[in-house]
Amino acid sequence: MSSSPTLMSAEAPPEVLYETPALPRILEGIRPHGPMSLDEHVEVHGALPVERRRRRRAESPLIGEVERAGLLGRGGAGFPTATKLRAVAEARRQAVVVINAAEGEPASRKDRTLCESLPHLVLDGGQLAARAVGAGEVMVCVCESARASLESIALAIEQRARMSGPEVRMQLVAVPGRYVAGQENALVNHLNGGPALPTFTPPMAFEQGVRRRPTLINNAETLAHMALIARHGSEWFRQLGTPGQPGSALITLSGPVADPGVYEIEHGASLASLIDAAGGATARVRAVLLGGYGGTWIAGGHLHRLLLSDEHLEPYGASLGAGVVLLLSEHACPVAESARVARWLAGESAGQCGPCLNGLDALATTVEAIAGGVAEADAPQRIARLTKLVRRRGACGHPDGADNFITSAMETFAAEFAEHARYGPCETCAAPRELPLSTQGIA
Amino acid sequence: MSHRLRVNPIACEAHGMCAELLPERIALDEWGYPLITDDSIDRSLLDHARRAAQACPTFALLVERRVEAKPGRSSVKRAPPSGDSPAVTIPP
Repeated sequence: MSSSPTLMSAEAPPEVLYETPALPRILEGIRPHGPMSLDEHVEVHGALPVERRRRRRAESPLIGEVERAGLLGRGGAGFPTATKLRAVAEARRQAVVVINAAEGEPASRKDRTLCESLPHLVLDGGQLAARAVGAGEVMVCVCESARASLESIALAIEQRARMSGPEVRMQLVAVPGRYVAGQENALVNHLNGGPALPTFTPPMAFEQGVRRRPTLINNAETLAHMALIARHGSEWFRQLGTPGQPGSALITLSGPVADPGVYEIEHGASLASLIDAAGGATARVRAVLLGGYGGTWIAGGHLHRLLLSDEHLEPYGASLGAGVVLLLSEHACPVAESARVARWLAGESAGQCGPCLNGLDALATTVEAIAGGVAEADAPQRIARLTKLVRRRGACGHPDGADNFITSAMETFAAEFAEHARYGPCETCAAPRELPLSTQGIA
Repeated sequence: MSHRLRVNPIACEAHGMCAELLPERIALDEWGYPLITDDSIDRSLLDHARRAAQACPTFALLVERRVEAKPGRSSVKRAPPSGDSPAVTIPP
């Protein structure tokens, strides 16, 4: 067996970086601190390829290439990127491109890592997308709390403006650091001068978004992959990953490992290899939460053979989402942690839709009651009823994500929940909290 | 031409008029927000549905003509299951 690691750490020492034939792709040449300059970026990846269209009005060849690559959006929903590109490219009005690096998920660091360390790869993707859909401007949305990202992107935009002609205007926009602010319509609403809150759809952003123009919104990582597909082609992209989920992915790994952080894996790599790459587990792992706080728990017994791709995770009802992998150690109480997250999710409701505002609060209250051992006997039934009452009843997917998390926690930790309901808090309830709940929460 | 019911959950303020005027399709949840039991509206119910929509103080009830789904809707895409897993190498 060759010694080609399928994993790369954002903080890995340089000697590991160059041993690997296939990975890293995105994290290639990343520096331990500070952003890669435009010169370094061009040295590592080469210049942005020139686009050749057969006819002036023909579709950009990049769209077909992205389609053949099978690139799926990396913001969490996994929507085919080429379909989005095509929908915006075919619109009559000139489009706007939005790079979504708002990253409201507390346990995700990948968009920050990209913006802080590899801003030109992200901006390359934005520029290529703008070219492909005929847009004249790119807006880069970065969380206002991510200082280093804001500085790095601002500097990178300046470097590019000095280098190249006025092909595309790039503008940095800080967005509020709340969970729902990164949702597509919330971004559009914010960019149009409104609050960063979801809106009622349709119109969808691709039809009518920023200043009522067709708007392409892509996650920062999606665009970074697009920048590489434009250079190396779809076949190269498909050399890694699974048939349904080609390519590599950035994963934010946190929990009891020696070196938590952002890693690049091949889709389908094992969780065990990811943990190994992070220096191994520092405590026994009780469960893993995949896809962040709208995601799904998988408990102990399955962990050693878990493969990280959506087709392998489907039997567990899980998916990688935006690449968040949270490990929970044996030292933490899953019931207390779930109750804390449920309360946090309720607090992150924008409060615009009645079922979400009332339902998530009622859910959190019931989960807390179970965790405290003071719940009524029918509390699990009440939770089941409440989750049905919130599902698909908000303008955005936030209540559905909360349903996923709470339902999955109750199923995965059924014994622990039953024990808490009967006997109250356990001895690990008082242990230090493990799941991060603010975006600054993990290193 | 078939129609369907939809609620704008941001505009809705739980007045409950819709459930009064269209009980065949709308119930209320424990906070007074409408639960659409079946979103399809055929000709026999169309007048009732339109009346309910007009009576809503915040115009949150919509009676829409059915349209084809458009690309770009934010739904979770599941990759088709596949048998073989990629070679995974564990780093040294």
